[in-house]
Amino acid sequence: MEKPQEKYQLMGYGTYVMIWLALLLLTGLTVTVAGLNLKNVAIFAAILIAGFKSTLVMNYFMHLKYEAPLFRNMVYIAIFTLAIIIGLTFTDISFR
Amino acid sequence: MDHGAEFALEKHFDPIGARIGMWLFLFTELLLFGGLFLLYAIYLNKHPEDFHYASSQLNQFIGAMNTIILLTSSLTMALAVGAMHRHSRKLALFFLILTFLLAAGFLVNKYFEWGAKIHHGIYPGSEELLQHPQGEILFYGLYYTMTGLHGLHVVVGMVVMGFLFYFSVKKSHKAVSLQPHFLQPLLGKKLKLTDSKGTKIWESEEISDQISGVEVILKGKQPEDKFASNTVKFENAGLYWHLVDIIWIFLFPLFYLIAM
Amino acid sequence: MASVAGTVPMEKSFYEEKGRHSGLLAWLLSTDHKRIGIMYLISMTTFFLVGVAIGVLMRLELISPGETIMGAQTYNSLFTLHGVIMIFLFIIPGIPAAFGNFFLPLQIGAKDVAFPRLNLLSYWLYLIGVTIALSSLFTGPGPADTGWTFYAPYSLRTGTNVTLAVLAAFVLGFSSILTGLNFITTMHRMRAPGMTFFKMPLFCWSLYATGWIQILATPILGITLALVMVERLIGVGVFDPVKGGDPVLYQHLFWIYSHPAVYIMVLPAMGVLTEIIPTFARRTIFGYKAIAFSSMAIAFVGYLVWGHHMFTSGISDTSRMAFSFLTFLVAIPSAIKVFNWLATLYKGSIDMQPPFLYGITFIILFSIGGLTGLILGSLATDIHVHDTYFVVAHFHYVMFGGTGFVFFAALHYLGPKMFGRMYNKKVAYIAWVFLFIGFNALYFTMFILGYKGMPRRYYDALPEFHTLHVIATVGSWILVTGIIIMFVNLYRGFRHGEKAGINPWGGTTLEWTVGTPPPLENFHEIPTVVHEPYYHPRNENEEEK
Repeated sequence: MEKPQEKYQLMGYGTYVMIWLALLLLTGLTVTVAGLNLKNVAIFAAILIAGFKSTLVMNYFMHLKYEAPLFRNMVYIAIFTLAIIIGLTFTDISFR
Repeated sequence: MDHGAEFALEKHFDPIGARIGMWLFLFTELLLFGGLFLLYAIYLNKHPEDFHYASSQLNQFIGAMNTIILLTSSLTMALAVGAMHRHSRKLALFFLILTFLLAAGFLVNKYFEWGAKIHHGIYPGSEELLQHPQGEILFYGLYYTMTGLHGLHVVVGMVVMGFLFYFSVKKSHKAVSLQPHFLQPLLGKKLKLTDSKGTKIWESEEISDQISGVEVILKGKQPEDKFASNTVKFENAGLYWHLVDIIWIFLFPLFYLIAM
Repeated sequence: MASVAGTVPMEKSFYEEKGRHSGLLAWLLSTDHKRIGIMYLISMTTFFLVGVAIGVLMRLELISPGETIMGAQTYNSLFTLHGVIMIFLFIIPGIPAAFGNFFLPLQIGAKDVAFPRLNLLSYWLYLIGVTIALSSLFTGPGPADTGWTFYAPYSLRTGTNVTLAVLAAFVLGFSSILTGLNFITTMHRMRAPGMTFFKMPLFCWSLYATGWIQILATPILGITLALVMVERLIGVGVFDPVKGGDPVLYQHLFWIYSHPAVYIMVLPAMGVLTEIIPTFARRTIFGYKAIAFSSMAIAFVGYLVWGHHMFTSGISDTSRMAFSFLTFLVAIPSAIKVFNWLATLYKGSIDMQPPFLYGITFIILFSIGGLTGLILGSLATDIHVHDTYFVVAHFHYVMFGGTGFVFFAALHYLGPKMFGRMYNKKVAYIAWVFLFIGFNALYFTMFILGYKGMPRRYYDALPEFHTLHVIATVGSWILVTGIIIMFVNLYRGFRHGEKAGINPWGGTTLEWTVGTPPPLENFHEIPTVVHEPYYHPRNENEEEK
């Protein structure tokens, strides 16, 4: 079932380079934040920044931003499933 | 007579389908590493001090270098895919080679990193490690398992890139491939290859049961449909490589940057 | 019959088409989904029978107190093997690999699946997994004795061939993942023109839901088993209490896959039943959307309940309450299906044929199994019946009485289309009688045994359980008699029976519009679909056959 609107959205080379620079900056940010000695918040900050870097990689390098909604929805399903698995396991771990 | 086009093996070319399949495969990788991240989260929760201490013993500089190497390799891979979409085969191959070299660099760093630790007796099952507190044993167990599994995926990625290179430079391909059940209607007849003016170039013997296939191979140039299917291969290899990058994006802070 | 373009004259079936290879290679190197489906079917049926034989031996041991025909170590290895074979080699590939492979493209009007070569790879991985599993039996320290669940820390310590057994399961898991991936892509990309998702047959919907479970759950098993291997080989320590690991975490990770896995086992069976019922009730299915959505709901909620396998393992009270509540929730979509099936039968024009009889048995036996699941899902009652024969009875009712019987039904319903010949229907009924009586004698007795306190996986039993064990073992003999009668009947029928017509049952989905057996490319022209799948003309008008 091929549809005419399935044409691949071309991205500029420059866009890729910009995203790469952003990723480098965010890596620097991660290292800096780690050095700030924020105790328990440190882990969450690290994960948050890593999460944001991942969305940049997914949306631009992996072209997700320009794909049909199906792809985005599938990614949500996968991440959601992983989140549930981790969450439910912690109902045991945290309350033992 | 004029059923020639129908006889050629119907090539099912569906880039979107291939992309869906690839993403589904990436989800399996996400869940595979996800299980390990779950274990990490649990044991970090259980032994925070040991984890913080062990993290401080890792080499932050090499870790950061490797992060930059992998991020850059993601860039070069994306550029390679972009080049393929722009029909710039040579440029794509240039970026592909860069990606490969960066991946190799990552592995070299890993080798030195692991080597140093192993030299100090810190590896799963070692006498030395068993002397350390339990939290540290678990930290290093997860460290070697997760970075090891990740490294394995880097190696696989490099093999895939090798194949991409091969498919891109290969200059002979099957233009026509008649399988036995397509030859059935031709039994007893002869196949003829003519130029556009009708002059006979080659004629076969009578097609019989003994003939199991007929192929025409063109050499020297990669035709458009081959290029298109190679572009799909680049895209999907790119998706895989970016996931390998994303996994490291999480591994780096969780192992190297949680020292207190 | 569904309104499709082109009726099909007598033509070559896919068996008769000559390919590049001949003999065994024509099968082992074929990317044709029909051949792959048949290879899977033959392989898994073989292993099912091996698993049955092991079960018979186990029951023989238990028929009398003390050592009867084997020692305790052998018994432990046998129940491990029985589980590994039945679960990983038979029921998980099961209906999707055999019937899904053969019929999914036909049902959606496609010529093959999205990735035919990947499909063949799935089968090769299956064979490789089988080979590794077999090697674990005959090499070194002998077959694993941990039970198919491979619980740590025993699985980390025991000298038996756990590493090999677990590697086999890992490879088989990969095979399962690729099948799911293939089916999902196929359904998204290759449906015939006019066939929206909501015009797809419900068997396809069940394969779709199953595919998602295969993709998202199996990798967790993969990593867990990989950790066991790595643990045994180099001593990593994540599950080993000596190194600070937590064995309960093994159980978490194991069941995070293995609970959704039971939905991999049962959803396709429910899908096949949903095909059988409208055909033999001569009515369209009641509640198409409810059944489609309930498949997706089961797949989703199925991820949330794994802790109910661990109620007595020492997990927190909070999690136990959460998991118990969620377990009750997952019964709801299954019940919805049962209501819709029954509503379809109500005022339908029932045609009692072997596929229908075997299929209906699912509803009875699965319901019994499902209801006992509620007893197990309740925290207070589970304390008493966990790890007893009650659990063994429960899962045999749902997996064997449920999926197993529908697997048999599928053989009777779809087999004629696959092999082109019909079996003896009278003998099929006779086999069913033995199967039904034997099954209940064997497994209902186990509910009583478990309730009375007989633990599972025990090589020997207290004298007070002796009579019940005898009844169960005799039940197993009756059951096996039925199995033999049924398979001999099917084998003879499919080999030498009368040729079956294009549509021996009056089915209305696309697979009944192509030749029996189907031609190589399935459809000369991809049909354009107009009707929903279970379109039966009104009873007042002409009855189309």
